[in-house]
Amino acid sequence: MDTRLRAILPDQQLLKFYEQMTLCREFEESCAEQYTKGHITGFLHLYSGQEAVAVGATAGLHPDDYILSAYREHPQAIVRGADPKVVMAELFGKATGLCKGKGGSMHLFEPELAFMGGYAIVGGQFPIAVGLAFASKYRREDRISVCFFGDGAVNQGNFHEGLNWARLWELPVLFICENNFYGIGTEVRRSSALADIHKRTCGYDIPSEKVDGMDVIAVYQAVKHAAEWVSGHGRPYLIEAVTYRFRGHSMSDPGRYRSPAEVELWKERDPIPNFARRLIDEGIATEDTLACMRAKAAVLVEEAVKFAEESPWPEDDEVCNDVYAPVGEEVCPWLK
Amino acid sequence: MAEMNCRDALNLALKEEMRRDPSVVIWGEDVALYEGSFKVTRGLLAEFGEERIKDTPISENSIIGAAIGAAMGGLRPVAELMTVNFALLAMDQIVNHMAKIRYMFGGKAGLPMVVRAPGGGGSQLAAQHSQSLETYFMHCPGLYVAVPATPADARGLLKSAIRDNNPVMFLEHELLYNSRGEVPDDPEFTVPLGVAEIKRRGDDVTIVAYSRMTLLSLQAAEELEKEGVSCEVVDLRTLAPLDRTTFLESVKRTSRAVVVSECCHTCGVGAELAACIFENCFDSLTAPVRRVSGLDVPMPYSRRLERLCIPRVEDIVAAVKNVMQQKY
Ligand SMILES: Cc1ncc(C[n+]2csc(CCOP(=O)(O)OP(=O)(O)O)c2C)c(N)n1
Ligand SMILES: [Mg+2]
Repeated sequence: MDTRLRAILPDQQLLKFYEQMTLCREFEESCAEQYTKGHITGFLHLYSGQEAVAVGATAGLHPDDYILSAYREHPQAIVRGADPKVVMAELFGKATGLCKGKGGSMHLFEPELAFMGGYAIVGGQFPIAVGLAFASKYRREDRISVCFFGDGAVNQGNFHEGLNWARLWELPVLFICENNFYGIGTEVRRSSALADIHKRTCGYDIPSEKVDGMDVIAVYQAVKHAAEWVSGHGRPYLIEAVTYRFRGHSMSDPGRYRSPAEVELWKERDPIPNFARRLIDEGIATEDTLACMRAKAAVLVEEAVKFAEESPWPEDDEVCNDVYAPVGEEVCPWLK
Repeated sequence: MAEMNCRDALNLALKEEMRRDPSVVIWGEDVALYEGSFKVTRGLLAEFGEERIKDTPISENSIIGAAIGAAMGGLRPVAELMTVNFALLAMDQIVNHMAKIRYMFGGKAGLPMVVRAPGGGGSQLAAQHSQSLETYFMHCPGLYVAVPATPADARGLLKSAIRDNNPVMFLEHELLYNSRGEVPDDPEFTVPLGVAEIKRRGDDVTIVAYSRMTLLSLQAAEELEKEGVSCEVVDLRTLAPLDRTTFLESVKRTSRAVVVSECCHTCGVGAELAACIFENCFDSLTAPVRRVSGLDVPMPYSRRLERLCIPRVEDIVAAVKNVMQQKY
């Protein structure tokens, strides 16, 4: 098999992967800075290190496919098309935020982009993804539901209920586990009797595979293939993407449960510089084009911060809105 | 008008709404082939087929979660919990998800869905199968809570709940399924959510109740009438939205109030109602508000003991007499 990048995708798409991963990293690192400054408060879980999963996976999907995720989801929303400005404003708690400042970092949601939410109860998104898949099937829509979750979520009852249900009702759900080896400070081997997460689907007769989550191309290929399989067979599938988060679980975690040597080892596998090297080695980009892309990403993030800073706070009388439906509301306008 | 029981009234409402709107689907444990553990979904599989009426695994959290997803994806699911006691296994999806999604996503998603759950005590089903958990849901912003007492209200409220864009906890009392009453023939008959009904007019005291306790309160009022006490009975019909105006206006008129609920006494619905009356009607009250509610114990099996835990007509009568005698 030809493993050269050009045999897999056109240059433009390859460069876009680099651009997106760079933007995600810039965005997350900027969030850390804004948190230190006190502009972002509350829980903040950063995605740095895992970019190849969000970027590769999203590229392997159809834009109509529903995506659901957990609370480490800024890049997933941004790669799906959410404006970094509006996401940053949400993190700042501003009125211009993606969810009017009511959700914050953990609850991004944009149905117009089929991005159906970040959920902060570990494993809470499983049954919702299953229900969305049922709705699409019932409505004869040609889309699948993609449910991202962490290695820590697989010991929730919801995971097992969701796998069983999706297979039983033959629903098009693609489960993607981002195995970064830790659920806060608990290593996967200390929480799962079978640490090979993809193997856990055998009790539900669901095919699965493991993929290198530090390789954007590998993720893209696996997800594209799996999404086509799910859509074609109308049945669930699971991908375990093996990856690593470079930062602590959240901003308050110094990460003492991991040895510096372990972290360094994984940083050598950083998906961004490694992909850059391949692009250069194969003559798809020069160091200059990539530097230019990095600069562009930095500008976008700077603009996002500026937008968030300058945006107004929500009005006080906004606090009681959106608890219940307004009179005459049209449901699911994005489905029209 | 036709006379029917609550089970048939609910069944009719489900059928009518499914005929009216193809986006209405129903699922739950044993709702399709077995036709529901209380037979509320009788005949639905035959009429609507497997795609719209579905048996699920015994996975309560997912029964609600999948309904949330379906509602987000353009359907109007009605999820049945076999009994409300099992809602406790689904509290994560009910409270952390169903109630919060609209708000935390900035109003961009509505959840037009209903969760039907039979409950209440009185059938010697012991501690784990006899609870009245309405307080739990009423305490949670983002949910509507319907608690019908009569067949007409059961039908009318369920139809409104299915058509509403808010998630509704629809709590049915197991002892009312066979209870009969007049139901309007009009297939478009609905009862709005959030509107209490004065089920009996009176001058001396207001009894505020809901679900099965409404019927007991009406019986108590009947008995008290013979003793010369005129009771007004307000049936809340929904606990959220709570129609405060109707019962507060009534109490202002009668100057006395007894609040009746089957749920446990401490921090129960009665506590909320009493506080609301004290806050708003203090100057009109001629006696302290009294609560009649469930005993603060896990429900015992033995019917000799169980009867002590659920408010009876005589408890309501005694509370009203007490209120009539007391004076500030
Ligand atoms: C039901 C529930 N239990 C516990 C928590 C606290 N908690 C937040 S994140 C987390 C770890 C989850 O790990 P994983 O699924 O691997 O995701 P990651 O953080 O690695 O992305 C825990 C225990 C929670 N949010 N929800
Ligand atoms: Mg993890």
